[in-house]
Amino acid sequence: MTDLAHLKDQYDLAVVGAGPAGLAAATLGARFGLTTVLFDEQATPGGQIYRAVTETPLRERALLGEDYWQGAKLADGFIKGSAQYVPGATVWSISHDREIGVSAGGKARLLTARHVILATGALERPFPITGWTLPGVMTCGAAQILLKSSGLGPDGKVVLAGTGPLLWLLAAQYRRAGVRIEAMLETTPRRNWLAALPYLPKFLQSRYAAKGRALLREVKASTRIERGVGAVAARGDGRLREVAYRVGRGREIRLEADALLLHQGVVPNINLASAIGCKHHWDETQLCFTPEIDEWGRSSIPGVSIAGDGGGIAGAEAATESGRLAALDAAWQLGKIDDFARDRHAGPYREALAAALYGRRFLDLLYRPAVRFRHPAGDTLVCRCEEVTAEQVLDAVKGGAVGPNQLKAFLRCGMGPCQGRLCGLTVTELIAKARKVAPDEIGYYRLRPPVKPITVAELASIPQSDAARKAVVRG
Amino acid sequence: MAPDVIIIGGGLHGCSAALHLARRGATVLVLEKDYVGRHASGVNAGGVRRLGRDLAEIPLSVASMELWHRIGDLVDDDCGFEGHGHLKIAESEAELETLKARVAAVRALGFTHEALVDRRQLRELLPAVADHCTGGIWCEGDGAAQPYRTTLAFRRAAERAGAVVSEGVHVTGLRRENARWQVATADGGAHLAAAVVNCAGAWADRLAAALGEPVPLIPSAFMLMISDRRAPFIKPVVGATSRPLSFKQFANGTVMIGGGYKGALDRETNWTELDFRGLAQSAQTVADLFPVMRSAQIVRAWAGIEARMPDDIPVIGPSSTEAGVFHAFGFSGHGFQLGPISGAIIAELVTTGRTNLPIEPFRITRF
Repeated sequence: MTDLAHLKDQYDLAVVGAGPAGLAAATLGARFGLTTVLFDEQATPGGQIYRAVTETPLRERALLGEDYWQGAKLADGFIKGSAQYVPGATVWSISHDREIGVSAGGKARLLTARHVILATGALERPFPITGWTLPGVMTCGAAQILLKSSGLGPDGKVVLAGTGPLLWLLAAQYRRAGVRIEAMLETTPRRNWLAALPYLPKFLQSRYAAKGRALLREVKASTRIERGVGAVAARGDGRLREVAYRVGRGREIRLEADALLLHQGVVPNINLASAIGCKHHWDETQLCFTPEIDEWGRSSIPGVSIAGDGGGIAGAEAATESGRLAALDAAWQLGKIDDFARDRHAGPYREALAAALYGRRFLDLLYRPAVRFRHPAGDTLVCRCEEVTAEQVLDAVKGGAVGPNQLKAFLRCGMGPCQGRLCGLTVTELIAKARKVAPDEIGYYRLRPPVKPITVAELASIPQSDAARKAVVRG
Repeated sequence: MAPDVIIIGGGLHGCSAALHLARRGATVLVLEKDYVGRHASGVNAGGVRRLGRDLAEIPLSVASMELWHRIGDLVDDDCGFEGHGHLKIAESEAELETLKARVAAVRALGFTHEALVDRRQLRELLPAVADHCTGGIWCEGDGAAQPYRTTLAFRRAAERAGAVVSEGVHVTGLRRENARWQVATADGGAHLAAAVVNCAGAWADRLAAALGEPVPLIPSAFMLMISDRRAPFIKPVVGATSRPLSFKQFANGTVMIGGGYKGALDRETNWTELDFRGLAQSAQTVADLFPVMRSAQIVRAWAGIEARMPDDIPVIGPSSTEAGVFHAFGFSGHGFQLGPISGAIIAELVTTGRTNLPIEPFRITRF
């Protein structure tokens, strides 16, 4: 571990994020002789998927599952390697010239890298329903973090709602940890099966099939599951008291609840890539913006690559391989290896990547979240930071806010501390629907650094060059 | 039907000119290459000040302030304008002397809006200010407004008065067609009008060059940043004497920090890149002047593209080479307050050929 003051002014390779992609990229980059630094916000390596893998209190391996412990190997390889590791560090800016702004321990500094690999991973998709901001409502991802890092489950009556593999995984992990689940409200639209069915044979041959089947069996045997849930609302006065839902268009059913854990899949965390200016496009299957990258993970900005789920959701195993490929390419671009060496090394990684991707299309199509949980209406909050409702967004669109950036000026939507992470996709989709154009045409918030908040004191701590001091101009 | 006037550029100055021209009965077409308020007009610091103006700008600024104080009558929207005053802080006795001389120079011209305040008065106006500050200049009646909302309000008022605003239309050239001007656009369009107004901001030098009157315009991206919500601690907008700063707290508690530091930009792609060493100096100034701000979180930073002229005052007036062409650009980081009046001046010039306001210092031939 290194603190900011002891870093060099320049590195060959800087990696952002210590999940599978970042760990693999930094380990391999350093092995090829690149001076490498890895920045990560967490105190220990692993990212979200392998969160706290080096120090979780849950030592019983079966509880979190064997996949989780894969992370320990990656983390171990990284720690033993020669890459410098800066935990507890927030990268809040990267320029076209790859000048990196980073904070840690209350200080900030700027340094440059000849090549940058962004391994910023995934975020949970917003799940804007009535009452989603009530205390007691949180995401499955956040709940899983508590489980991994502290061994804790929620107190009282727990309800899970949504769609996607993580919903099932958390249910299974809770069962193993002895956390009782009142009900799991499954929102996967029935018609998704029709779209996914052609990809079922491939999926059945994939590595995900057996694991998935076992997971489903385990959860079904232990948990009350409501399928085809078409509406979910969280209710309570000051905190969650009950969850109301409907199966299909049926009558409303109410459940007493102390915790509602929501999840409808993950999407690439593009804030940093998009603030750098990397090109993105709308992915209609995964229903999110994804950076445009080539087979090495190169983005549209020279010297900036993207690996792992931040480049498109494909899971931890694919992330590891894409991290390795990006590091290989960085070593090649910086002259550490020749074409022959690069391509020879890439072969096995590409094979492993293909195996990791095999069968995933079925999952993408099956767990594509329903329109009614992506397009909120009425007084349901869209932007939590500035408390903007769906109705206000639609009114602003009628009033001339043609895109997310104009909406900021109309409603301050997306201008709070989360920088649009919790509303960006909802806003794009709502505007697209209202204007009857594709989300790609509407685009996303124009994001600007700092992509994560930084204090005035931290910013002021950036060392100044003499030239910068003299360049002061009058405003 | 061809309009009487084509305005190139849908920023605040273009929209204001459109409004004033339409109110004078002219038919107006505004051509905007991106969308209205996309650049500095929509994303500037929103300061509405007479304080500290170049002496040549003061008559215009004072006239514009009168329009700001009844902005609702002009555009049927209060534009978020609040007149809590502007304060320029002195951090030493020497700086206070500089400010004394400044106030004297303004008063010598017959203007009384700037007033010197001492150490005690400064603290009455600004209880949170750091101990070392020695005094300042107070300008009552100055204030701040919301830039994008203001630009949009002018656009809408202009449209209600009959102006047509066309967005996403990039002007590529203009040439004389008998008694009229033909404005060519990238989409293959050709628009005719008797008069053309150049409000193209950071892109205005291209039109000027095409008219044979090149100007040394410096495209600039003035940087701004904004904090999380803080307990209310300051009403006026604050500047400093020898350090660039523009500082104010909004009604919702967020604090805007700007003033003079510039990022990099690319006029072709609208790309701006922040220079965090510059922003770090802004942060240092704020930390020095308002210790309470040290723990504030900066949640966003940005830069808007605009034109700076080498002498930091705008170009306003008729073309020196061609009849029927008028310029209003190069407001050099402080054009927002002048928006209401610059449009009125342009409308007077286009329709009557003259204005009572002293615009001679802003002639295009001065470079």
